[in-house]
Amino acid sequence: MAFDKMELKDIEVWDGNFAAAQAMRQSQVDVVAAYPITPSTPIVEGYAKFLADGYIEGEFVMVESEHAAMSACIGAAAAGGRVATATSSQGLALMSETLYQASGMRLPIVLNLVNRALASPLNVNGDHSDMYMIRDSGWIQFDAFCPQEAYDLNLIAFRVSEDHDIRLPAIVNQDGFMTSHTAQGVHTLSDDVAYGFVGEYKPMNDMLDFEHPVTHGVQTEEDWHFEHKARQHNDLMTKVMPKIESVFKDFEKLTGRKYNPVEKYDMDDADVCVVCLGTSVETAREVATEMRAKGIKAGVVGLRVIRPFPFFEIAAALKDVKAIAALDRSSPNGAAGMLFNEISGALFNTDTKALLSGFVYGLGGRDLTKAHLVALFNELQANADAGKVTTKLQQFIGVRGPKLAFL
Amino acid sequence: MLEIRWHSRAGQGAVTGAKGLADVISTTGKHVQAFAFYGSAKRGAAMTAYNRVDNKVIMNHEKYMEPDYVLVIDPALVFTSDVTINHKESTKYIITTHMSTDELVKAQPKLEGKKVYTVDCITIANETIGRPIPNTPMLGAFMKISGMYEMDFFKESMKRVLGKLPQKIIDANMFAIQRAYDEVK
Repeated sequence: MAFDKMELKDIEVWDGNFAAAQAMRQSQVDVVAAYPITPSTPIVEGYAKFLADGYIEGEFVMVESEHAAMSACIGAAAAGGRVATATSSQGLALMSETLYQASGMRLPIVLNLVNRALASPLNVNGDHSDMYMIRDSGWIQFDAFCPQEAYDLNLIAFRVSEDHDIRLPAIVNQDGFMTSHTAQGVHTLSDDVAYGFVGEYKPMNDMLDFEHPVTHGVQTEEDWHFEHKARQHNDLMTKVMPKIESVFKDFEKLTGRKYNPVEKYDMDDADVCVVCLGTSVETAREVATEMRAKGIKAGVVGLRVIRPFPFFEIAAALKDVKAIAALDRSSPNGAAGMLFNEISGALFNTDTKALLSGFVYGLGGRDLTKAHLVALFNELQANADAGKVTTKLQQFIGVRGPKLAFL
Repeated sequence: MLEIRWHSRAGQGAVTGAKGLADVISTTGKHVQAFAFYGSAKRGAAMTAYNRVDNKVIMNHEKYMEPDYVLVIDPALVFTSDVTINHKESTKYIITTHMSTDELVKAQPKLEGKKVYTVDCITIANETIGRPIPNTPMLGAFMKISGMYEMDFFKESMKRVLGKLPQKIIDANMFAIQRAYDEVK
């Protein structure tokens, strides 16, 4: 193919956005249709620059909105190309209609979702409101905790999404600014090795195969709609996780970097643990180690895969813990938090006696400090010692004003 | 863990400076992190950028920091914002100003009793690079005060970081780095 290769150092200092853009370059994405939005802008800017500089053979489609961006991605994926884009927050909200089209049409597309708060009030900083908003859209969702993982998970996402047994679009989440604009060392793969891992795109039911005409985007009423949705759910429940685990294994063989649907840290003998997403997982790991030095057996569970939800894996990770905190970086607006509910559901029919409390934190990019996490682990230990949740079930971390607690 | 906080105005190159420093340090085998608070990111708005450096992988993503070094690359920020926030006993300040260190500390009493060094990165940048971009000279001053690397190694590394710029600009940046290294007091 007519493109140049790029020499990379073994370790490059990249932020999460640039790491994702490099992974898109190395995967030789055929079509990116994008409408840039903070903080995800540099990902598609990066792809466009690599394209203009002759490092990619592909096409960048400029569109008038995020709705059009995903629509163009759907068209390109149906036509039979490797397709990716990026967005955040309001952009994802505008895209949401077409996200359901993409998954229902079983089109492999990789969407880099750089997590950002949803207005109102307007805010460009990182929280998980956008990730949570589309969690039932039928997309596979991965979560990166740092720039290295944003790079790795992009390569992994193409492999999973494009597999002919899967054919479902995949989102790679990373925290807005805390990952996307934070430069750290990233272990790179050479262009050939990265492309060799992702593999050449193999179309299936592609519209440009004129020998085998197909229809995409059909209408089905009560006669068939339910069967289509049931089949999609079935594949998400039965086929996707085994595929993800096999691709994780292949990636580990190639790089030595091991990923798991549920990432456990010091959980073997943990009495208390925090379950969370994004950069918070890493900060919590550092604090958990410090708590152990103070005699509290602390552990951390991070979700690498959010959809399909690792129901049994999370139950297994938490079954012997005495007190658990579920940390949600999104306002549930009138309910318990998502992680609180999902963990409750996963543990309910087990014989665990774990105490579960929920926390809303970090909205609009509000800092989650190590001091917050120290206090949280101490509170969990107090719950464990008392044998009951000593507070209300839902609390807030880091919000000003009178203390809020519910449920 | 070594922690650095930059005070800058958006457009003066603190983020580029922080990332450039991280890039150089990374080549020596240490682990690095460089990030910034952007706010609404208007050119000229006060902003802060950050570096963390450690011998092991940096997992801490909190924004809170009690810095070992505070690098102020705009002369007004020492008066219009609190550059001493989250100070600890050992914090060292390198501040861009046309004043002497004594004059600066008299003008901003918050700096009294603290380890303050001054250098006029704006004038140095204007006279070498031809534009008031004070980030690379500040790195020269930082090398002097921290003793982190030999000047030759640092300048060679920065030549690579600045690699895509025209040779004339790279040369001018090397003069700026050296001048700030020599002039910081």
